[in-house]
Amino acid sequence: MTDTRDMRREMPLGLAQRGYTGVIQHLSAKDSGSALSDIELESRLIELGFVEGARVEVLHEGLVGRDPIAVRVDNITIAVRRREAMAVIVA
Amino acid sequence: MELPLLHVALVGTPNSGKTSLFNALTGSRQKVANYPGVTVERKEGFFVTPLGRQISVVDLPGTYSLRGRSPDEEITRDFVLGKASGEILPDLVLCVADSTNLRLTIRLLLELKRTGRPMILVLNMFDIASRRGISVDVDRLAKELGMPVVTSIAVRKGGTADLLALTDQISAKLAAEPSENSWRALSVSELRATQREADRIIADCVSLPARPDTLTSRIDAVVLHPVGGLIVLAAILFVMFQAVFAWAQPLMELLQSGFDALGEFVHAALPAGLLQSFLQNGVISGVGSVIVFLPQIIIIFLFILLLEDFGYMARAAFLMDRIMGGAGLHGRAFIPLLSSFACAIPGIMATRVIDNKRDRLTTILIAPLMTCSARIPVYTLIISAFIPAKDVWGFINLQGLVMFGLYAAGITSALVVSFLIKFFMLRDYAPAPFMLELPDYKVPRLKSIAIGIYTRAKMFLQRAGTTIFSMMVLIWFLASFPQPPAGTTEPAIDFSLAAIIGKAIAPLLAPVGFNWQIAVALIPGMAAREVAVAALGTVYAIEGGKEAAEQIGQALATKWSLATALSMLAWYIFAPQCASTLAVIRRETGSWTWMAVTFSYMLVLAYAASLLTYNVAVALGAG
Ligand SMILES: Nc1nc2c(ncn2[C@@H]2O[C@H](COP(=O)(O)OP(=O)(O)OP(=O)(O)O)[C@@H](O)[C@H]2O)c(=O)[nH]1
Ligand SMILES: [Mg+2]
Repeated sequence: MTDTRDMRREMPLGLAQRGYTGVIQHLSAKDSGSALSDIELESRLIELGFVEGARVEVLHEGLVGRDPIAVRVDNITIAVRRREAMAVIVA
Repeated sequence: MELPLLHVALVGTPNSGKTSLFNALTGSRQKVANYPGVTVERKEGFFVTPLGRQISVVDLPGTYSLRGRSPDEEITRDFVLGKASGEILPDLVLCVADSTNLRLTIRLLLELKRTGRPMILVLNMFDIASRRGISVDVDRLAKELGMPVVTSIAVRKGGTADLLALTDQISAKLAAEPSENSWRALSVSELRATQREADRIIADCVSLPARPDTLTSRIDAVVLHPVGGLIVLAAILFVMFQAVFAWAQPLMELLQSGFDALGEFVHAALPAGLLQSFLQNGVISGVGSVIVFLPQIIIIFLFILLLEDFGYMARAAFLMDRIMGGAGLHGRAFIPLLSSFACAIPGIMATRVIDNKRDRLTTILIAPLMTCSARIPVYTLIISAFIPAKDVWGFINLQGLVMFGLYAAGITSALVVSFLIKFFMLRDYAPAPFMLELPDYKVPRLKSIAIGIYTRAKMFLQRAGTTIFSMMVLIWFLASFPQPPAGTTEPAIDFSLAAIIGKAIAPLLAPVGFNWQIAVALIPGMAAREVAVAALGTVYAIEGGKEAAEQIGQALATKWSLATALSMLAWYIFAPQCASTLAVIRRETGSWTWMAVTFSYMLVLAYAASLLTYNVAVALGAG
């Protein structure tokens, strides 16, 4: 693949702006600040389809603190708070 | 030979159409709506296959895994794993998938396979998938998964024919297969591996066009706009409460005149005496005064059902998440709270989808503060008697505006209570995560809306015929006996048991401006809030004597001061009295304490609010 994706910097989905598109690189639940344990958070994210290789697009943002965000994950839309989205590393 | 009953369970991700399928198979009318987490209970139904096999089918709450994170998911897990006490394992599991969104279901299915139960994958919503150009190689999918796969359209007539045929085919050879349960909670890496496996299978068997649902994205561009979305939400709620007042009026007047005519007829047809008084004052004016509110109740349900079926509810939860978070509420609490506008009981049940215990408890405690439809009769009665029906700013009905204000007061107090709970009891507590699938919009289905309204209307009328009727008989009896001594000039009711009881309690309620008639009406209001209206009707009708054919509203307008009326409205914002809500709180929290807490805090708030309202109103000269 020669597209620009390889050159894009990795960043947590929790910092992405509306309109951002990218691909999930890995999950890193450590220090995300969520109330859930690392394992629980990671399990839940996977159960909603946040798995390496899935395409994501940030479709909408809330009003207060631009939180939560509505994320297109492959072909479904998931609402998630930025705090939890910090565990999803995208590029 | 009679074959034994076959036990079938419906399992799948939330919002995949399990309940629709259950209804299609069994002819039931369980609640269906377009958001994840509609079903929170286990429901069993029966049907017979085309070849005559008797089947018991169980509808279960949707779940993404068998880990059981919230009370509703635990129900599904326990049923599938046979953990529920005295349960038999299902003979066959129907794994129901939304065909437009197979990733999560196939992963769940790979997990379910480990339970060793015979399974069928049901590709439901196949109509939508075909319309979007999604094509599925069903045979290949069946081979990859090692189980039969069948397509279905749960909401279309004959849409389950293939499934029925397959069930017959399979059930013939089921008993032979012994099964081993090797399920245990998946580790993160196993979970990831199963999702990868699912994605591989999908890539092999399903071709997805690059054509997302453009309608959904266009609507969401408006409805989920950070500012515009909130304006839309506020507008929807405002129209809803205006409509409850404005649209229902003609129908209500029609019903009212019907009951008046019936009362006149009974009055004319029967000789004066106890029977005449019982039928006219006890039954017709009492029960009738509640039934006239049917149109308003239908309108509020119509709005809520339309929003639910369209797919808006999950969006509203998204918009409100952070705003409610400020008051210590979880975004998922929004749907239970909005359905509490219809009735707190299904609202409290719906909190089962909230996995965090404290979030769930907070939501349960404040759900009764949402203005349920049983308060509508009380509000309407008082508003139409005391608030002039004029327009403000040219287009807003003042009565509707007051109604909106009462709803707003209920919501505000719920937020304040929730904030106080967060502040005092749960101080250091990190907010639980909010993760919610936003389903694609669907055109509301006329049939399911009609069924929803019919079911609610029937429930309301049944209540009027049973609870409210029996309360009315009781009130009429209390208000009529003992009979006054002959030759007295005072109203007969002054000698009755009702007056004795009412006057005994009245001193307690005098500071908030309630007279003894209100005191009498509040007690049977425990059984159902609307009874208060009917009870007032009976008490005033009997007090008025023979010529008292006047309507309750007119009676109130002449007998209460404005301050008393406003105080009564304030009382009903909180109105602690609803026995069935208290019973559900007890059941859902599993504790008498929380039930008692709810009752007492609402009683205190009601008293305080009325006290304040009454005294301020009197001070302003409305006494
Ligand atoms: N077009 C179409 N719509 C369907 C079909 N099956 C279900 N629906 C709609 O999908 C939505 C969800 O259906 P439900 O039956 O409530 O889903 P559920 O799986 O019981 O959902 P939960 O109880 O929340 O787990 C409703 O709006 C249904 O009308 C189908 O085959 N075709
Ligand atoms: Mg359901």
